[in-house]
Amino acid sequence: MIHFVLLISRQGKVRLTKWYSPYSQKERTKVIRELSGSILTRGPKLCNFVEWRGYKVVYKRYASLYFCMCIDQDDNELEILEIIHHFVEILDRYFGSVCELDLIFNFHKAYYILDELLIAGELQESSKKTVARLIAAQDSLVEAAKEQASSISNMIAQATK
Amino acid sequence: MNPFSSGTRLRDMIRSIRACKTAAEERAVIRKECAAIRAAISENDQDYRHRNLAKLMFIHMLGYPTHFGQMECLKSIASPGFPEKRIGYLALMLLLDERQEVLMLVTNSIKQDLNHTNQYIVGLALCALGNICSAEMARDLAPEVERLLQFRDPNIRKKAALCAIRIVKKVPDLAENFINPAASLLKEKHHGVLLTGVQLCTDLCKISDDALEYFRKKCTDGSVKLLRDLANSPYAPEYDISGIADPFLHIRLLKFLRVLGQGNVDASDSMNDILAQVATKTESNKNAGNAILYECVATIMSIEDSSGLRVLAINILGRFLSNRDNNIRYVALNMLMKAITVDSQAVQRHRTTILECVKDSDASIRKRALELVYLLINESNVKPLTKELIDYLEVSEPEFRGDLTAKICSIVERFSPDKIWYIDQMLKVLSEAGNYVKDDVWHALIVVITNASHLHGYTVRSLFRVVQTAGDQETLVRVGVWCIGEYGDMLVNNTGVLHIEEPLTVTESDAVDIVETAIKRHSADLTTRAMCLVALLKLSGRFPACSQRINDIVNQYKGSLVLELQQRAIEFSSVVDKHKNIRSTLVERMPVLDEDTFSGRRAGSVPAAVSTSKVAPLDLPNGGGKVIDAPLIDLLGFDVPEPTPDHDNHHNLINVNVSPTSSPPGPNHAHNDLLMDLLTIGTPPAQNSSSVPDILSPNQDKLSSINILDQLSSPAASVEGKIPPASSPMLDLMDGFGDSPSNPQDNGSAYPSITAFESSSLRVTFNFSKQPGNPQTTIIEANFENKTSNSYTDFIFQAAVPKFLQLHLDPASSNVLPSNGNGSISQRLRITNSQHGKKSLVMKMRIGYKMNNKEVLEEGQISKFPPGL
Repeated sequence: MIHFVLLISRQGKVRLTKWYSPYSQKERTKVIRELSGSILTRGPKLCNFVEWRGYKVVYKRYASLYFCMCIDQDDNELEILEIIHHFVEILDRYFGSVCELDLIFNFHKAYYILDELLIAGELQESSKKTVARLIAAQDSLVEAAKEQASSISNMIAQATK
Repeated sequence: MNPFSSGTRLRDMIRSIRACKTAAEERAVIRKECAAIRAAISENDQDYRHRNLAKLMFIHMLGYPTHFGQMECLKSIASPGFPEKRIGYLALMLLLDERQEVLMLVTNSIKQDLNHTNQYIVGLALCALGNICSAEMARDLAPEVERLLQFRDPNIRKKAALCAIRIVKKVPDLAENFINPAASLLKEKHHGVLLTGVQLCTDLCKISDDALEYFRKKCTDGSVKLLRDLANSPYAPEYDISGIADPFLHIRLLKFLRVLGQGNVDASDSMNDILAQVATKTESNKNAGNAILYECVATIMSIEDSSGLRVLAINILGRFLSNRDNNIRYVALNMLMKAITVDSQAVQRHRTTILECVKDSDASIRKRALELVYLLINESNVKPLTKELIDYLEVSEPEFRGDLTAKICSIVERFSPDKIWYIDQMLKVLSEAGNYVKDDVWHALIVVITNASHLHGYTVRSLFRVVQTAGDQETLVRVGVWCIGEYGDMLVNNTGVLHIEEPLTVTESDAVDIVETAIKRHSADLTTRAMCLVALLKLSGRFPACSQRINDIVNQYKGSLVLELQQRAIEFSSVVDKHKNIRSTLVERMPVLDEDTFSGRRAGSVPAAVSTSKVAPLDLPNGGGKVIDAPLIDLLGFDVPEPTPDHDNHHNLINVNVSPTSSPPGPNHAHNDLLMDLLTIGTPPAQNSSSVPDILSPNQDKLSSINILDQLSSPAASVEGKIPPASSPMLDLMDGFGDSPSNPQDNGSAYPSITAFESSSLRVTFNFSKQPGNPQTTIIEANFENKTSNSYTDFIFQAAVPKFLQLHLDPASSNVLPSNGNGSISQRLRITNSQHGKKSLVMKMRIGYKMNNKEVLEEGQISKFPPGL
């Protein structure tokens, strides 16, 4: 299973973290520090796997962002690379050629997408289209609720005028 | 409304945080935002809860504490609207984890949401449950999840399946409830459901044998068919990744088949064809295809024997290994490690390629390859492979050298065909990477050298050569100095020259030179310097002509600030200077170290007998003053002309107390002074030497060598000073000096027995012993004795200890205690003192028995345990 997902910028700033195994806040900080130290310094042609504390961390760099996932020793590293790519493609489709700033200002949306992709550290959907559809449906639910709220507050505002 | 809470929008907060130039500025912004959020929370502001939670998540991601927002998540989840619930669940998953008590409070909300009419809300609840549920929640909500596995919408079914994985991992007992619904998921068409269903089945198999049996019987053929359909499916854009239909599902099915086929011939047979098809037909020019091949190879390697398939698999790995992509090479090495147990011959064929990978520029690949080479080595190929590795050691990167050195040493130790090869290889390693060699490795080398008596001359000459060229390798210098000290005469006289050796002429002063260089080298550490001093002392006996020069060198350390060196220098210079007549016997060659005991020690199998019966009380003819010099000579470890010389104390000398922290300064000082007394104040040498044999003879005990070797293999243990007095004669002696040097009983091994309890009817005695290397634990042999004329039945002993102690009671030898002390009951107690050295043992006890069918109860407290337990 995937124990955690990290998005780290080239400067070592954390852009997204998702923990599927329990790590205390202190451990999390330490993990992030250790891994960004060993991953960000690796050369571009090296393999995308780092062995770390008996686990493996699979990472892939997209522009200025490193996508990292930590897995067990006997998991399939190559598949994780595909999962990372899958995630990136969905993000790309959702934001329309995604960039780091999209993920900073709309970090919660990135999390929503990740939650449609992974649960309990396992992949839940192999179709990008399905994920996009589910996210769109939930976004529109939120929009509808907002409109309703604003129309109510308008009505109240008009009524109290 | 609170003036703060209307505050900034999320976007503005992120902007202002990003605009911060220093960490302090950032903290200030965060502090302000947190204050505003806290104020809003305390006012129970609902309008901005959504925004505040989002801000908190961002703040949390930056690593600031956000515990005060936890309750807000729960409130947000409990509110009816979808947007609130969505952000609430997200925040819950980010800000909390399964270990927080607060999480329990959300159980009810999740339960309601799992039954909600809006399927998206059900999905949110499932997601949260799957990501962070605790064991309690898993138990409470498992029935809901089980029901949702049959929900009408496939997107809920797939979430429920993954949620079920988390639940059964947390509470394995629940696995059987999910077996049937999981099996029915495998009949679905929807890829998401299949994907998660197969995953759930795989995990169930790992948790429960019943599940494995069930799936093997009912689902093997179905899964094979699923995989066949998938592999032959026409192009489907929705699931296609670089020309392959749903590689994720491929991989999960292969994993599932692996679990089913492992250890079952029938199941393995039924999947042979499809595995062969996947292994041959899958495109290998893209990562997705390779991922499937990799998984397929893993499955072939794990299921029951089908040699045809294995050949196929090994060939795929061979192809992988020659791939240009580092990722592919990495996984190939990884998989070959598993393949080696199945077919080591096939893996051996790729040996040269693997050896190349050890030299790769990529650290991950190097590490994998080194592990693999380590597994590949056997008696037949150890020589060429070791040569390759040692050659590579010369050019390897510093950060890799530690690993590489450790592996080479381990290989050389395990497979060395003969001693000369072993010594040669170790010298090469020491001269290339001596600074990376662990202590136990060079200790072992010395043990081997002493045992190879025909190679002493050869070894010391080889060492002489390499120490001159690689004098900066600490451990090499140590071994070299030790050997030159011991076998210096062989070096100079060219004793035992082997025909492979090149002739070498060394003068006595050359030999002293090399030790002098070593001791004066700037970076030499304490251990090395101390060993150099011993070597010099030894050389003074071997080369009497150089003794003046040696004394000059030794004298330079008389003023050393390091106590250990100073002490050695002073002691040794007296020996060199004033005791010429006994010197040569004192510095005789070390007898052979016991190899078996040493390797047993290293392997951790310690004979239990070590702890008892050590230094016997000394019976001395010449009164109190002389008591001192016996242990001192002992301490100095000089060999005396004895049938079984006390060689081990040499190691004492080298290893114990070498570090400045090793012994409390008090006794050391005392000892130092006493030594001065001994060596300088008018003790006639003749008398001294004559008393030596008398004094030492009782100490010749085979066991002591084991002890010392113990220290040899783990000098750290002795540094701690934790060794029970009995197992370390040296520390013992030192302690003895601290308070009363004339009390030899302190040096005795066992703690005195005590009468723990005595009443008119009963006596309890305790005998103490300790296990070696475990000073915290005391073993107490309790003996109960009946003083009355009635026998006791139903005898039971109970004991209680405070928290810092741990007590373990073994069963008593009997529960009947015969009258008038005509027999006793013994019972063994084991006490572990977690505050060993700080607090002493204390115990309350209660004894119950029946005398003439009348119950009697006796109680007491035992606090007079001997000190130091």
